[in-house]
Amino acid sequence: MKAWFKSGSPWIWMNGGAVAICMIMVVGLIGLIAVRGLSHFWPSNVVQIEMTPPGFDSYQVLGEVQRQETVPAAVARDAGTIVPDDVELVTRYLIKQGNRDVTGNDFAWYADVNMDEWTWPDEVMVLERREWGDFYGFPVALVSDEGVAVEAGSELFRPMLEESVARSLALHQQIQRLERREIGRINSGIEELRLEERRLDLQGLTGADREDALARIEQERERLDQEYAVLRDELDGLYAATLRDTLRIRTIDGDVRDISVSMIVRANTPNTMSVFAKGGEYLSRLWSFMSENPREANTEGGIFPAIFGTVTMVFVMAIMVTPFGILAAIYLREYARQGPITRIIRISVYNLAGVPSIVYGVFGLGFFVYVLGSNIDELFFEAALPSPTFGSPGLFWASLTLALLTLPIVIVSTEEGLARIPSTIRQGSLALGATKSETLWKVIVPLATPAMMTGLILAIARAAGEVAPLMLVGVVKLAPSLPIDGTFPYIHLERQIMHLGFHIYDVGFQSPNVEAARPLVYATALVLLMLIVVLNLTAISIRNRLRERYRGESD
Amino acid sequence: MIDIVKSASTPPPGHVRSLMPDAEAKKKLRRNRRIKDRISRWGISIAGFGVVFSLAMIFVYLFSVVFPIFRGATVDPQNEYIVPVTGSVTDRLLLERYEQLGIQHSADGLVTYFEAGSGQIREQFDVGIPAGVQQSSFGAGEVINNTVVRGLSDGTAIVSRHVYDYSFPGNQRHIDPGLEYPFGEDPLLVDDAGRPLTLVTVESSSRGGTYLVAVTDDGRMLLNSVSTRSNMFTGETSVELSRHQLPAIDGTPVKLMLEKSLRRLFIIDDTGHVHYMDVENPQNARLVQSVDVGRGQEITAAEFLVGTESLVFGKSNGDLSQWFLVRDENEQRALTHIRDFRSHGASITDIAPEHIRKGFLAVDEDGQLGIHYGTSSRTLFLRQVSDVPLKNVAVSQINRKLMFQDINNRVVVADLWNAHPQLSFRALWNRVWYENRAEPEYIWQSTSGSDEFESKFSLVPLTVGTLKAAFYAMLFAIPLAIAGAIYTAYFMTPKLRGIVKPSIEIMEALPTVILGFLAGLWLAPFAENHLPAIFSIFLVMPVFMLGFAWLWSRLPSDFRNRVPDGWEAAMLVPVILLFGYGAISLSPFIEIWFFDGSMRQWFTNIGITYDQRNALVVGIAMGFAVIPTIFSIAEDAVFTVPKHLTQGSMALGSTKWQTVVGVVLPTASPGIFSAVMMGFGRAVGETMIVLMATGNSPVVNFNIFEGMRTLSANIAVELPETAVGSSHFRVLFLAALVLLTLTFVVNTIAEIVRQRLRARYSNL
Repeated sequence: MKAWFKSGSPWIWMNGGAVAICMIMVVGLIGLIAVRGLSHFWPSNVVQIEMTPPGFDSYQVLGEVQRQETVPAAVARDAGTIVPDDVELVTRYLIKQGNRDVTGNDFAWYADVNMDEWTWPDEVMVLERREWGDFYGFPVALVSDEGVAVEAGSELFRPMLEESVARSLALHQQIQRLERREIGRINSGIEELRLEERRLDLQGLTGADREDALARIEQERERLDQEYAVLRDELDGLYAATLRDTLRIRTIDGDVRDISVSMIVRANTPNTMSVFAKGGEYLSRLWSFMSENPREANTEGGIFPAIFGTVTMVFVMAIMVTPFGILAAIYLREYARQGPITRIIRISVYNLAGVPSIVYGVFGLGFFVYVLGSNIDELFFEAALPSPTFGSPGLFWASLTLALLTLPIVIVSTEEGLARIPSTIRQGSLALGATKSETLWKVIVPLATPAMMTGLILAIARAAGEVAPLMLVGVVKLAPSLPIDGTFPYIHLERQIMHLGFHIYDVGFQSPNVEAARPLVYATALVLLMLIVVLNLTAISIRNRLRERYRGESD
Repeated sequence: MIDIVKSASTPPPGHVRSLMPDAEAKKKLRRNRRIKDRISRWGISIAGFGVVFSLAMIFVYLFSVVFPIFRGATVDPQNEYIVPVTGSVTDRLLLERYEQLGIQHSADGLVTYFEAGSGQIREQFDVGIPAGVQQSSFGAGEVINNTVVRGLSDGTAIVSRHVYDYSFPGNQRHIDPGLEYPFGEDPLLVDDAGRPLTLVTVESSSRGGTYLVAVTDDGRMLLNSVSTRSNMFTGETSVELSRHQLPAIDGTPVKLMLEKSLRRLFIIDDTGHVHYMDVENPQNARLVQSVDVGRGQEITAAEFLVGTESLVFGKSNGDLSQWFLVRDENEQRALTHIRDFRSHGASITDIAPEHIRKGFLAVDEDGQLGIHYGTSSRTLFLRQVSDVPLKNVAVSQINRKLMFQDINNRVVVADLWNAHPQLSFRALWNRVWYENRAEPEYIWQSTSGSDEFESKFSLVPLTVGTLKAAFYAMLFAIPLAIAGAIYTAYFMTPKLRGIVKPSIEIMEALPTVILGFLAGLWLAPFAENHLPAIFSIFLVMPVFMLGFAWLWSRLPSDFRNRVPDGWEAAMLVPVILLFGYGAISLSPFIEIWFFDGSMRQWFTNIGITYDQRNALVVGIAMGFAVIPTIFSIAEDAVFTVPKHLTQGSMALGSTKWQTVVGVVLPTASPGIFSAVMMGFGRAVGETMIVLMATGNSPVVNFNIFEGMRTLSANIAVELPETAVGSSHFRVLFLAALVLLTLTFVVNTIAEIVRQRLRARYSNL
């Protein structure tokens, strides 16, 4: 034993253990997010449990088992569970029982000590609704507004229900298109007219010119109002049409509820679905998560605006950071005189990569938004004042802040690439009579492009995952419209955006119903994680290939 | 490239017409190339310089926002004139909210509103002192109540209040001043005996009720509780007074001060003593305490600061001090000396408290004006502004203008800049004795619902929180990262290394918002329910690993040799997983056997506070975030230790481990140090993890089971909600500047150490 210790081998093992722990943590973390995030979309079976707490009437519980845990009896008793004295450990299950509008608590823990039998009734139906979360119950009938009812037992019931849900979804899509596009267009038209009127005041236009302009504005406004009235009628008609069918459904407690089909997004009977049907349902749910707007204070629906916002912001950032980062790196490496001052500048720039991101956020808010933004407003958007255009947090400032934040990354990476180019290549070019700029643009830069790409990708990966500064400079929990749309000027740099990272923070920590939001947070985290891992792996592989290539060339 | 080659080669002889450009074209080409070269040089230089400049702007801008915090006040005299009413003593001088009007209360019963800019009378009211009666005393309630009282020589008093009617004809603010009598225009009979009132004061409580306290010329002290009752039928209001005589004090009273809650009365006498009387129940009013505030000096001026918690006394030698009631452990209140301000050196003649902050202005016999602030103990301005003694001073509600009057009735109106008096180096970093606190403390509490709130801007709790979070994170990260780096760089097989290194790089790129959310929503509840498992993993896991290693060394060598060196880490993975699984499944049993069923409850029972989101959780999550930073740099430092050194050591017969301890570590130690510094820099500035995984309460302790609030999280929480340019806004910028400077310094040290190391390696 003593000799073994003296050999130092135990310490080697301990060091190895540290690596093993790190690896387990990384893999475990990614695995945890993946499992939790992906499993949410699987339509799991709905269980019916009879609860028989001693001293109380027995009752039925219907829902999906979310997770289980084993706790000492004392903890369970603290939580209000009735546990017999001789039991030491209690296994409890978190059941998602839905029906928030009926019972008020859609998630509840139930302990196994009070459980009787578990059954999986075939006819139980899960409804995903536009409001109040999921509904679990036994369908009774589908009633149309003409009073025709199809009983749940009938052959026709399922096809009728599916047809009705599909119809209501189509109507809703139409409504959404009208509201988003057409009415949005009219609103922005009216706002533009208001600004034009303001501008007339500001220009101090008087006399006939002013009258003409006002008359024109008035006419235009009337036209828009008429258009709006037509649209409104159309919308009202559509809304009325969605209310045609009603699903009558019985809860586990025996209440019979009428739920308008217009409220239903999906209707399933998971206990009778085959694995393939479930797989199809899974993909469909996953797709709608990725492609739809959020509902119910972001705790349901999709994350499309957040994905779109993140990508747009990162894209705008990349456009700004690339030229400046690369030019700065070229300046530092190729043109600046290599002396102590350049060395200090270089170290400072490198160190800015380690400055906390929140500091950039503070700078962005204070300087970009309040100083630059309000000056831009005064110069170019005077008519819209006092409501700020660029003087409030928005996409452009978020991107600019991130560009500043990632600038050191691009500079460092580009400089590394430039430094790695063998000086023989440079000297060769100069010896052939090329000027410095020709050498630079035609020889050096093309060779360093992969390094610049690496820097850019790393910058994008960092920017996509950064949240703290964005909370200050333009990311919001719910943006009313996307930053790119069909109205002029198509890219709205002043708009506030949604962001995947902020979405995680907001839904996980600010939402009223954490339990309902939790799976969505995992799924959102997974999307963000995948994005960043893919970007980073790309950067790493580019860099590794580069190293090999230059090693070959310089030898 | 092509044309370069062309121009460089010489044309072959014998051709009639060369394909090469002629001299003219060559010249043109050369010029173009030179221009392009120059454009490129200048363009790049300008862009590069611009980028460097804009990065430097961050420092400059942050500093420019923070700078006004430490500026003193400036006073810029604008107008000078003689007060409108000169025939009688000016009792009180005030400035209206929008700084357009001044108000003069004079002893002849006149209330004069005048233009602050010119001194012209806007409107004048007479409170109506009956004929044959003189005003014998004057008193006022808290300045924001606008209420004043005049004690008359027949034992009566008149209470009046100034009111303003604001209107906006043509978008211009117009102020129409008025005078109101809350208790009727008729004088109130204060003293049944009808003796002249030598001192008088009035105060109304926000819960209703008004006290009017007076001293008569024969030395009786009277407390009148004034209430109004409106007649339901006639709509008339009748005023009722209930009179109480207060116990006598030693000494002659010179000033009465009534607290806003109407519970406490402070009486200042001519010997510099302050008598604190409990008048909550006027029938049983009792003298609680007499304090020698003057210490031989007379108190020449005294005022409450806003909120009427603190009293400020000015003495005949120019000393100024702040006092308030402090509760001791027996819940007894005692008037306590809190702090002194810079002495004026001449008898203080008047004090004017600020309306919405805990500051005040003072003037003295030498013609000096002083601007002081309570919380921060700052004297922001103290300068002679007049050649003759000053008598009265007033400041507007928004603290932009002040006004003072000298003994020759000359008034000076001055612009005032005094935006951030509550901040000073001392207030930010030292213990401060705040109102209603038993002792000086470090507190961060920036906002509250009340106007009279005393902002508590101590950066100490935030800095301690930052260091606490960083400390626990480093405690978790350093051993794992450095041990892992040594192993990966020195012992691990290249094959495994090819997997481990990219994984750690991915780990570095993980968004901290994901780590924070997992820490807050998954790890925190998990740790709370499995505390024994967490502790056993930390404490027993290394022993368990050692045990496995020992057993491995006991195995027959032909079995052992099947696994080559450098695979220890991979072999340990299942061992660690097994141990972790075992620890978690045993955890409830350990809780039952040793901790009465719940370890968390057990902690509470033995007096350790346990928050679900605590430093333990933050330490693990943030440790996770800084491990890759430390790992990458340390691994690089160990890996690049020149091979001939290690090989030399091995050749001399040392074991691998001895080589590591004796040669590799000493050589690479600067690199490892710089890795740790970089990790620390990252931990200090990390925002999202702390924001999500702690309760964000600004506590000053290092308890691992309590949360903390860090500088960065505080910025993220509070900055979006502050007013631009306010003191709070600037303090948050200061916090950002502190963070920036701290991380910049730490990173620079690390970077310099690393560069030195690199230079040393190349010399070895």
